[in-house]
Amino acid sequence: MTNLLSPSAMGTDRVRVDGAAKVTGRARYACEHPVPHPVYLHPLQATIARGTVRELHTDDATALPGVLTVLTPFNAPPLETGTDAELEILQSPEVAFRGQLIGAVLAETPEIARQAAGLVRARYDREPHDVTLSADRDDLYAPEVVNPSLPTDTHDGDPDAAFAAAQRAVEATYTTPMLHNNPMEPHATIAIWDSDGLTLYDSTQGVHAMREVVTSVFGLEPDQVRVLAPYVGGGFGSKGTPHANLVLAVLAAKRTAGRPVKFAVTRQQMFSFVGYRTPTIQRVRLGADADGRLVSISNDVVEQTARIKEFAEQTGVPARSMYAAPNRRTTHRLAALDVPVPSWMRAPGECPGMFAPEVAMDELAEACGLDPIELRVRNEPETDPDSGLPFSSRNLVACLREGARRFGWDRRPRLPRSTLDGGWWVGTGVASSSYPVHSAPGSSATVRATGGGRYEVLIGAVDIGTGAWTVLTQIAADALAVPAERVDVRIGDTDLPEATVAGGSSGTTNWGSAIVEAAREFRQKFGADPHPGDELTAGMPELPGHERFAMRAFGAQFAEVRVNADTGEVRVPRLLGVFAAGRILNPRTARSQFIGGMTMGLSMALHEESVVDERFGFVVNHDLAEYHIASCADVASVQAHWLDEHDPHVNPMGSKGIGEIGIVGTAAAVANAAYHATGVRVRDLPIKADEFLEEAR
Amino acid sequence: MIPFDYRRPDDIGTAVATVTGNPRAAFLGGGTNLVDHMKLGVAEPELLVDVTGLTSRDIERLPDGGLRVGAGVRNSDLAADPLVRERFPVLAQALLSGASGQLRNLATTGGNLLQRTRCVYFQDVTTPCNKREPGQGCSALEGYHRHHAVLGASRQCVAVHPSDLAVALAALDAVVRVQGPGGERTIPAETLHRLPGEHPERDTVLEHGELITAVDLPGLPFGPRSRYRKARDRASFAFALVSVAAALDVAGGLVRDVRIAFGGLAHKPWRARLAEDALRGRPAAPDEFRAAAEAELADAQPLRDNGFKVPMARNMLVSVLTELSAEDGAA
Ligand SMILES: Cc1cc2nc3c(=O)[nH]c(=O)nc-3n(C[C@H](O)[C@H](O)[C@H](O)COP(=O)(O)OP(=O)(O)OC[C@H]3O[C@@H](n4cnc5c(N)ncnc54)[C@H](O)[C@@H]3O)c2cc1C
Ligand code: SF4
Repeated sequence: MTNLLSPSAMGTDRVRVDGAAKVTGRARYACEHPVPHPVYLHPLQATIARGTVRELHTDDATALPGVLTVLTPFNAPPLETGTDAELEILQSPEVAFRGQLIGAVLAETPEIARQAAGLVRARYDREPHDVTLSADRDDLYAPEVVNPSLPTDTHDGDPDAAFAAAQRAVEATYTTPMLHNNPMEPHATIAIWDSDGLTLYDSTQGVHAMREVVTSVFGLEPDQVRVLAPYVGGGFGSKGTPHANLVLAVLAAKRTAGRPVKFAVTRQQMFSFVGYRTPTIQRVRLGADADGRLVSISNDVVEQTARIKEFAEQTGVPARSMYAAPNRRTTHRLAALDVPVPSWMRAPGECPGMFAPEVAMDELAEACGLDPIELRVRNEPETDPDSGLPFSSRNLVACLREGARRFGWDRRPRLPRSTLDGGWWVGTGVASSSYPVHSAPGSSATVRATGGGRYEVLIGAVDIGTGAWTVLTQIAADALAVPAERVDVRIGDTDLPEATVAGGSSGTTNWGSAIVEAAREFRQKFGADPHPGDELTAGMPELPGHERFAMRAFGAQFAEVRVNADTGEVRVPRLLGVFAAGRILNPRTARSQFIGGMTMGLSMALHEESVVDERFGFVVNHDLAEYHIASCADVASVQAHWLDEHDPHVNPMGSKGIGEIGIVGTAAAVANAAYHATGVRVRDLPIKADEFLEEAR
Repeated sequence: MIPFDYRRPDDIGTAVATVTGNPRAAFLGGGTNLVDHMKLGVAEPELLVDVTGLTSRDIERLPDGGLRVGAGVRNSDLAADPLVRERFPVLAQALLSGASGQLRNLATTGGNLLQRTRCVYFQDVTTPCNKREPGQGCSALEGYHRHHAVLGASRQCVAVHPSDLAVALAALDAVVRVQGPGGERTIPAETLHRLPGEHPERDTVLEHGELITAVDLPGLPFGPRSRYRKARDRASFAFALVSVAAALDVAGGLVRDVRIAFGGLAHKPWRARLAEDALRGRPAAPDEFRAAAEAELADAQPLRDNGFKVPMARNMLVSVLTELSAEDGAA
């Protein structure tokens, strides 16, 4: 058990340290850094989904005044090979998916670059492509592990026999569509390759992670590369690993004799090469006794990956730990298609993997004649069903009860399709949320006294809009036992001590633990009254609890849904979540994380869907007019609450990650509420008006 | 995107002559549609003639109780105009249901009418589209066409016209005033847009160089009892799946007169003449409304994935007329 840091600044409502700079426009995002004489890059993208680029006619483009050069697979600088097929662009003329980067125009202005890109004519040798995901393909395969390195399949007991013998059963297939992350700030890079080496201003979730990949792809040493990301306009996972756009910018910078290269990805291009969430097909079987006690749980998942590089979303994982049942199975099978490489999107695995089982639980509750909350309470496990370890803390039931109280669950009519109000069918639904407490080694922090009782804390973390900068300031203040006003935290630069990526809701755990350790050692060495310039660097200590306990945050989400009786239009006037996620370090930034996640979950439930036209092999609704994300008018009342959860095992702050749990379970709560409103069970996201218009079904 | 010239002529005659004389010139309103298309390579004008300062930005009263709306009037101003709200609520509601506050602040009356379809293939130059390039084929026919037409389409094109404003104008018997090289002409709003037929590249009956100068809304005594309803996937900032513009005049429980137009169903605002004719003189009752809607939609030919639009349109019309007849109860 860790000695928890005693909270003073932690837990208080502090405004963001970067807030004023952001709202006044002084915060500089990647492409806004002033650099002398930049060159602008516009990419060339494949318009076939599979085949070979035979020729690229670049004469018209290069003849345009203001064009410096056109990079192609036939003239691009070489990269180290064998590192990462997604990143090895322009190294061969092969095309593995439509929209793949096959070149770039470099020009004096963005307009000229874009015009010239339109003048490049490609000739291809086309091959038939295959982008169709289905559960009955005969070439589905089992990956060796699923993201990040979890077992592909799990088997406990005899789930099929138990299911066959169960007194109550639900068996259904649920699907979630392809989704694109679409942070507010599209991916953007300034790459400067001069005598000092390579400098990158990049919109990224991890400066050190980017540097590591760039050094390996370009055969460089870490001290030759500096990555800066002081402000980042969101990422949702799509900036957690480098994508081909970064490599293209750096390749281009090799050709501009030290002039900076700016590459700001357009919104349309974000649907081609910066990652996305795989569509999922989930076959769920729940078997229970007549009292609703689960005897069998299985989730057999089919999803896609790219032919050139595997990414296996861990969609089956939540079913391993959520509820107690002696017989359980999860499996993952992939189709390797001629598609872009899928990647992380907010709560990979957990988010789609809680949609299907949590709707199935609603169906089981109905089959058992039980309230859906009661069903979940009856299946609360003593220990983690997957690992057998005790939970460091698990307050799902408390969240369900507190949520029910706040939401007014007791007023809910038992039967679906019971309430028609002003031409709208009204219903309510519930689902559980859960997200693991991740931690990863590799972060360190420097504490430096700057005189007058002030301190600088240095760590190469990135605040992608989460509030990390602010929360790290609060942690550092408590670790040093000084007021937060006396601490300046510096982040977002590889010249600062190494930090892990902002992902897996693990930033606060990793970076905060490193800061606490550095502060502790600093005080040990220099005492309470250090000299200006005294400094100490320490790494994140091991967190022993992570070996002995299963660690997860839990939550419960409640939705009210209205379905228009004439049109089938679906609206969500009310969402309410209650979370148990350890100590909440800053209620203001935490609330933003929760309601942001819930809003994104609402968007997933009702709106978001990347539509692939199989004939062409790409996403055709590739802009924000066609790929709908919930607008302000769609988001009425979204409330997030939390329990005071004490968990001494997770880390020195007693906190669990909160960046992702908000999106887990929301879509199921909405789907369950839509069922309760109408009696129509929708198992395929997004939930559209079409489903509720009888003649359309 | 290609480089282009930009001009702001001093008078309408010069503007019309300039565009007429140059097949690669285009009028520029708020630019919220045209400039997007230029960035995407969907439109490649080499000369933009800005008419926002030329066409009127005023809303004038007409002697018959109607209004004349200058082509330069911004969507937000038109929607906020007290006379419009009083006399033609359907128009204000249609405008406010479209786009976003920012877009409406820029968008002009003329530009709104001439905005082009949102068909995803039309907007992506890497996919075939007969509207963009006649003869290439229609990608939507067998592709992503959930938003597409169920009435009046052809094998050449199944796109829908996206404007909400145009639907309200079609219902209100509005008249579009146009200045061309040969002088002025007027076009009923209902016939401004065309069905695709064999020439989907032509959205409207306008000739190149014809400038919309104003839209006349003739006086309509029962205009105050009008309504716009729009079904959409998002609560705002989304194009119509289906929309209905309707005005209803009930006397003694019978429909004395009625105006109906649908949006989201066809390549043009769909004036529902069949339904109107079926209703005149009939009881203002839901089953009558339903029968009229069904008569209008009887010829609908949904595509693979947009069959939902037919019951959606029917239900919406029944509800809108039922609500209007309740409003009209006193008469
Ligand atoms: C994300 C998004 C969502 C939207 N949602 C909706 C919606 O829900 N409902 C809706 O109705 N609209 C919607 N719109 C479209 C918006 O209403 C149009 O873009 C706008 O009305 C166009 O007006 P404009 O003045 O900017 O036209 P411009 O872009 O300037 O011009 C459009 C066309 O009209 C021509 N033109 C302009 N003025 C004249 C004139 N006086 N005479 C002849 N030709 C002229 C131009 O040459 C061009 O071809 C949306 C747009 C966006 C980007
Ligand atoms: S529906 Fe019309 S606009 Fe769309 S692809 Fe077909 S021809 Fe083009």
